[in-house]
Formats: sequence, structure tokens, C-alpha cells
Amino acid sequence: MGADAIATDAAIHARDLTRRFGGFTAVDTISFDVAPGEVFGFLGANGAGKTTAIRMLTGLLAPSAGQATVAGFDIARDSEAVKRSIGYMSQRFSLYEDLTARENIRLYGGIYNLSRRDVADRATRILQRLGLEASADRLVRTLPLGWRQKLALSVALLHEPKIVFLDEPTGGVDPLTRRQFWELIYETAAGGTTVLVTTHYMDEAEYCDRISIMVAGRIAALGTPASLKREHGVASIDDLFVRLARPEAAP
Amino acid sequence: MSALRGLLYKETLHILRDTRTFTVVLALPVLQVLLFGFAIRTDIHSIRLAVVDPRPDAQTLALRHRFEAGGLYQVVAVTPSRDDLEALLVSGRAQQAIVFEPGFAEALGRADAPQLAVITDTSEPNIGASMQNYARLVIQAFERDAAPARQASIRVVPQVRLRFNPTAESSNLFVPGLMALVLTLISALMTAITIAREKETGTIEALLVSPLRPWQVIVGKVGPYLIIGFASVIAVLTVARLVFHVPLEGSVTLLLAEGLLFILVSLSLGVLISSRTSSQRVAMMGALLGTMLPTLLLSGFVFPIESMPLPLQIVSNAVPARWFVEITRGIMLKGVGLTELWRETLILGGMALVLLTASVRSFHARLD
Repeated sequence: MGADAIATDAAIHARDLTRRFGGFTAVDTISFDVAPGEVFGFLGANGAGKTTAIRMLTGLLAPSAGQATVAGFDIARDSEAVKRSIGYMSQRFSLYEDLTARENIRLYGGIYNLSRRDVADRATRILQRLGLEASADRLVRTLPLGWRQKLALSVALLHEPKIVFLDEPTGGVDPLTRRQFWELIYETAAGGTTVLVTTHYMDEAEYCDRISIMVAGRIAALGTPASLKREHGVASIDDLFVRLARPEAAP
Repeated sequence: MSALRGLLYKETLHILRDTRTFTVVLALPVLQVLLFGFAIRTDIHSIRLAVVDPRPDAQTLALRHRFEAGGLYQVVAVTPSRDDLEALLVSGRAQQAIVFEPGFAEALGRADAPQLAVITDTSEPNIGASMQNYARLVIQAFERDAAPARQASIRVVPQVRLRFNPTAESSNLFVPGLMALVLTLISALMTAITIAREKETGTIEALLVSPLRPWQVIVGKVGPYLIIGFASVIAVLTVARLVFHVPLEGSVTLLLAEGLLFILVSLSLGVLISSRTSSQRVAMMGALLGTMLPTLLLSGFVFPIESMPLPLQIVSNAVPARWFVEITRGIMLKGVGLTELWRETLILGGMALVLLTASVRSFHARLD
């Protein structure tokens, strides 16, 4: 996989990115590129290294080896610039439950130094789009989980980042809400924002432009869902995942 | 700057919306002062006194009256024989006893030193020592009045003068320690918990992924607690002054400034503790063991530092509350200023500097 030409205009560009915790290698020399406006899926079982990879790309964790650029900025040298260019929504969901929807939007607006008018405009737009106008001043805690997650995504996009990282954004949500959430992701990508999303729901892989399947810290497969299925002669990504995960389970 | 203001506002909302905790934080300083002031006093009122007087005469009666006259003593039994004394003391009906010899007045008249025993229940050593002192003071005064002419016969009783706390009010002594305790609770414990809570819910990651600098995140988290801590200093001082008439001899401004310094130290400790823990429960235990207990036990608040074993005395040097208690006692009770307290202030300031740096560092370090 190392033969790819270095694409400097890539939204995300990772080369041999590695993270070790003591003797354990959580992420093992992964390399990939994500094009601007792409929806890139990071698939893998729990503990396969998806979250560790995202934490390195967002500047939460320093890599042990390898390098990466995000929005053209080196994650090790230019982490401040990286932070200004990205949005992030963690699997544990980043809204404050004892604040209202509007207060959460205002808080993040302030953190990203948006003007007061911008924050007010964008808040109205977000609340309208999510149909949350009536609940804008309710505590987030009292909103249904699906709404909270859609709100969290909107807040992560508030400062209009070039790239947004979504770490298992759909965990614990019903299928219908997951569907709506993915519509929101598509809208985002259509607006030119690059989306890197991790999931362990294999059916969600079909929604991505390209996917990488991580097994034990390495990228075991990378490509469009259709080409991967064809290449490996499987009917679904789920089948492919099982086939890839099994031999690795007993090294 | 507006990012920081937003963070401070958000933290204030967290505090205000957690009504239960907020009530506790508000009521705590006042409740503590009242509790310590009324319930946990170590000075003594109406000591139950037994009198053994085999042959009452004018002088024994005079001394008995003198005991009763001060309002400090309450004579619960007068008996002619020592045999009854044991039962009175064991049952607790009497806390202290004076035992006259027969012919007390004659002995005084003959210029012999008359024999007089004072027996004190010292099962509670602090109270016992105080009662012993009170009795000695009464007898001494009696002697002075009864035998002014015969200088030679006056027994030499070691004279105890109580300085700085002339009325021996325990409320004067506990207020400085109490301030340290309340500030530790609010600043260290609450900060440790509130940061650990954001780790637990994962919201801290959203802040760390943002362009906010670590110091902004820290200031945004602890700022409101600094204000609450400061307000509680004022609350403790006000209640202490209004209800217990605790003196404040020195400069109020200096006292508040030193309070601020101590709050800074406690806040940094809270941040440090939370940076090493990932759950509210562990953060709370850490803060209780790491800050509350030393403040309670090693600051000189409950146990005088001079009466600690040497190793503990050495350890107490590392407890910020020890220096704060010394400073506060100095300002409140002795009325001294920076000229006398510069050493303690410097130590506290040094601790603040080291801990603040360490806490910002540890916040950085958790990114790796």
C-alpha cells in the first residue's frame, strides 16, 4: 500500500502512522489518503484501533511513529492549525447535558471565536433544520438520544470545519434515527466537508464513498464498498469483515 | 477572550443547575461556623464542682462562694467526708472537687500554708487542663485577698497568662482552621470532581480538540470556584464576627489576599488530582485523602502542631493549610501584618507557583 503517490491536496494524508502503548501496538503503520468532500469509513471491531487513529489525527494523542497531515497541516508540528480546521464528535458525545441546546451552540461558537451574530444565525439555522426550534431552551438531557446526536453533529460543524471526525456517532441509536443521521452526513459532504466516520455497524459501510477495515491495528482492506466486495468475492461488507477478522484472531 | 468568557459562563451554569451541590456549597461555610462555634467548643461552662468540707468555717465558705460567684462553677454537692467523692466523680455528677482540711481558717490565721486539694476529672485532657487552670486562678485570687498582710505565707502558684486569646474562647481559634477547611473543600474537592466529571462524560475531549489552550480550559473550569471560595471566606468571617464576636485585629485586605493565595493553591491541587484520575469517585477519594485529611489533621486546626510527633511536624510543613492557618491566626488574633508573616506568605506563594505550573503541565501531558 506504500506505493501511492503523496497527495498533497488530500484532506487527510497518513503515512505509516503508529501508536504504541507500552508493548501493545494499538495502531500499526497505517497509511491512507482521504480526498476533500469524501465520506471515508473507518470500520473495525472494538479495540481494532479506530479510536486511537482518530485521536492521533485530531491531536488528542501524539503518534509513536509515522506522520500525517490534516487539511494540509502536519499533526505533530502544526497541531494548532489542525485544531482550527477540524470538527470532532466523540462516541461519548460532546454536548453538555445540563445546558440547553441553544447554550451548547453558543458555547462552541465562543470556543471557535465566531462573532455573536454568526453564532445567532447559525443557531437558528441548525435548530430549524433539526426541527428543534421548540426545544431550543430545553436541557439537552431531556432530548431524545437521536436528537441529541444530530445536535452534537451540528455543533461539531458549527465553525464550518474542512474536515469532521465522527467517532462512532450512531452507537446506541435506533435504525430509523441512524438513517436520518446518515442523511445529515451526506448533506455535510455535499457541502464540501470531508467526513471521516468510524463505526462497527457493517451496513453503514455501504453509505461511505470508501472504507478501510481495521483489524488488530492494521488496515486489512481499503477501497470502495463495491470494489472490495468484488475483489474478495463476498456478498456484503459484513462477510468481508468476518473473513478478514478471523485469521488475525489466531496469529 | 470571548472563548474564555463562554467557558466561564458555561461552568457557572453547571454549578447553578446542580442545585443540590450548589446549596451544600453555599450553606456549608455558614453551617460549619455555627456547628464548630456552638457544638464543638472546648472552653467550659458551669463546671460541676463537689466540695469536701469536714468542718466549715468562714474561710472555706468564702472560697466556696468565690467559686460560685464567677458563674463558671456550679457547686453540685457539699459533703463532710472524702468517702463520697469517688462516687461523685465516677458517676460524672462532679467534674472537679476541692477538698478542705479541718481547721482551714485556723491554718490561714497561723500563717501556715493551709492544705487544699483540687481533684479534676481529666478523662478529657483538654477540658481537664482548662478546669485545672480555672481552679488555680480562683484559689490564687482568694489567697491574694485573704492574706494580703502576710506576704511570706503566700504559696507561689505558677502564673499562667493567656495571651492573644485572653478570654480563652475556642471560637477565636477555630475560625482560621475552619476557613482552611472550607476553602479546601470548595476549591480542591469541587474542582477535582468537576474536571473528572467532564472526563467521565467525554466532553473534555471536545474542549481539547478545539483550538482552546490548556490554560484556557483550566481557567474556564476553576474560575467560578475561585469566586465561590472567595465568597465563602467572606461568609465565614461575617458569621464568625456577628455570631461569635471573633476579633479581627489585622488588615482585612491582607486577610482576603492571603485567602486568595490559598484558594489558588487548593485549586491547583484539585486540577492535579483530577488529571491523574478518570472518574468522579476516584477524584473525590483522592481529594479527600490528599487535601481534606491533611488540612483537618496536620494544619494545627484540631491538633496543635507543637504537640505532634516530630515526623508529623515535618510532614505538616508540606501542608498548605498549615501556613494559611498560621497566617490567619496572626492577622485575626494578633493583628500582625506582612512584616511578621512574609515567610509564611512566601511559602504559600511558592506552593501556588509550583502547583499551578504542575497542574497546567499535567493537563498538557494527558494528551500523550
